[in-house]
Amino acid sequence: MFSLKTLRTGVLISLWFVFLTFPLMVIKVDPLERIIQWRWKNALLVGIGTFLIYLVVQYLNYRKEHQPPAKVEDTKDQVSFIHKFIADPIQRKLLFGGLLVIAAIFPFVVSTYQTNIMITALMYVVLGLGLNIVVGMAGLLDLGFVAFYAVGAYSYALLNHHFGLGFWEVLPIGGGLAAIAGILLGFPVLRLRGDYLAIVTLGFGEIIRLVLENWSEFSKGPSGISNISRPGFLGMELSLEGSILYMYYIMIAFMIFTIFVVNRLQDSRLGRAWIALREDEIACQAMGIDKQKTKLAAFSLGAFWAGLMGVIFAAKTTFINPASFTFLESAIILSIVVLGGMGSIVGVIIGALVLILLPEYLRALSEYRMLAFGAILVAMMIFRPQGMIATVRRTYRFQKK
Amino acid sequence: MDYFIELFCSGLSRGAIYALIALGYTMVYGIIGLINFAHGEIYMIGAFTSFIVATVLSILGFPLLAIVALSGVAAAVWASAYGYTIEKIAYKPLRHAPRLSPLISAIGMSIFLQNYVLLAQTSDFLPFPELIPDFEFMEPIAHIVGSSDIVIFITTAVVMAVLTYVIKFTRIGKAMRATAQDRTMAMLVGINVNNIISATFIIGSALAAIGGLLIASHIGQINFYIGFLAGIKAFTAAVLGGIGSIPGAVLGSFILGLTESFATGYVSSDYEDVFAFSLLVLILLFKPSGLLGKAETQKV
Repeated sequence: MFSLKTLRTGVLISLWFVFLTFPLMVIKVDPLERIIQWRWKNALLVGIGTFLIYLVVQYLNYRKEHQPPAKVEDTKDQVSFIHKFIADPIQRKLLFGGLLVIAAIFPFVVSTYQTNIMITALMYVVLGLGLNIVVGMAGLLDLGFVAFYAVGAYSYALLNHHFGLGFWEVLPIGGGLAAIAGILLGFPVLRLRGDYLAIVTLGFGEIIRLVLENWSEFSKGPSGISNISRPGFLGMELSLEGSILYMYYIMIAFMIFTIFVVNRLQDSRLGRAWIALREDEIACQAMGIDKQKTKLAAFSLGAFWAGLMGVIFAAKTTFINPASFTFLESAIILSIVVLGGMGSIVGVIIGALVLILLPEYLRALSEYRMLAFGAILVAMMIFRPQGMIATVRRTYRFQKK
Repeated sequence: MDYFIELFCSGLSRGAIYALIALGYTMVYGIIGLINFAHGEIYMIGAFTSFIVATVLSILGFPLLAIVALSGVAAAVWASAYGYTIEKIAYKPLRHAPRLSPLISAIGMSIFLQNYVLLAQTSDFLPFPELIPDFEFMEPIAHIVGSSDIVIFITTAVVMAVLTYVIKFTRIGKAMRATAQDRTMAMLVGINVNNIISATFIIGSALAAIGGLLIASHIGQINFYIGFLAGIKAFTAAVLGGIGSIPGAVLGSFILGLTESFATGYVSSDYEDVFAFSLLVLILLFKPSGLLGKAETQKV
């Protein structure tokens, strides 16, 4: 399977990586104490690691090339297992019912700490689904998604702090403000081509964060806003455990609502316009779709979900500061969408759960979390651009007579 | 008036450094039409490599001139090696993929490299050794123009001159221009396009590394995160001048450097980065093709 030539290339590549990582991985200097630390073990690790990765990639390529070619009729086989499973209405009802029961009893089985982590994971599910509208369906790479999240969080924090407005009152306001911010940003920049759009949204996200950090009279600067009230249940104050439980059910309800809306959107006239726009703008405009309006709709709808989640985030943590809204946050949400599968609702849900829960439970690895996220983005694009669970394209089959 | 000249000079040296980084963006964009998001990280790696080499050499007791020369060469060599490898891993397999794919891959690469340096080295700010001494002949005007401003400016000017020569008059420069104009046609006339793309990444990375060395010794400290901001600003400069155009990148960089310098000097230093981002948004709104760029016409 591995010829001598591939092995030799592997060794050469490993040596190249040892050279490449030499100054950063091996040498560590302390300029104040004037000590040089030589970490030769790292060079060895890099060499062996590279060689193993190379072998795995070669093996995968080998398998790909020697796979029997798929028959043309079996297009159904390319649909992932989950999609096939839920295509059947009875199985779908069973699965959803089962999941709902598990979700309902989950907080009673595990500790409050676990429930709290689950709330975070569910928030990322909804954020991922929101970004999925923009990136996955409409194909607009938005790198400043966290800005809308910040708009939502700060609108709750400030309205609560200054005017004492409650969670449920601010929830629609936060979402609305974020959607307006989306339109305000989207209106000028949506004329731009994909890659420019990415940078402008990135810049916009940073502007929002920098303003929040520096405009102390408005946002209290880097020290943030604390003592934000948690959502009250029918006017009652809840205990800490009680409010976490309450928050959990709010999030479950939200997730179901989001999935429902996104699912309906996907099959709507608007959703199909997004997908068409993603595939070919010119053809799409020729078919009479208003490019500007359609893109704006995607942008503001995505922002709306981010705003809602921002409000929930502020209510959950009761303290926010600009450090929660860095570019890395946008990058995490983007990783969720890319890993799960752009445009695929099931994929995004699984992607969010994997990416948020895995580092929580593998504490030893959490240091390497962002490293892994970066690597995931690259690897997914190269080996599996459709994501873990590819979205199902609407297909019509030619009936043979 | 002194204050004005001081701001002007610091704006120029700022612009010179942005230009070194922006050239890498613009050259790569000109040839493969990709925004190389990881370019800021290359610059950061260049700064880190020169930091490590310079500190090791100074501990071993080398003379200053040798330290400057060796750390500069090391930064350029390793940054180019990174640039070359990144292109081979993250961009080459995606050359025929949809537009969004290489962009996402580039963002992933950028996050990966940042955290790689963070884990391999440290998250602290590191004091960068002072490589540029205060010249004696600069004494009378030292309160207006720092010695490092002058060194930055002269180095950049020399580098630009060499780059212009390479692109205008050498074989490889000609091949680069041909590839940028029409890749398929360049292949037909026998240009090895893959080599040219690699060469572009290598040259761009080396320039960014020199920029990294200069700015690190100018500011006096480095951190794994410096590449992100510098990358966006240099990109802003490249877009301002018209991405894909080399003189445009230089012009844009100087405009950005001066704008930032005056804005922080006369308005407020808190919003230093906001000015750059706002400038970027404004250019893209009113003149997306930049000052010297060609407007792109879409053919159906």
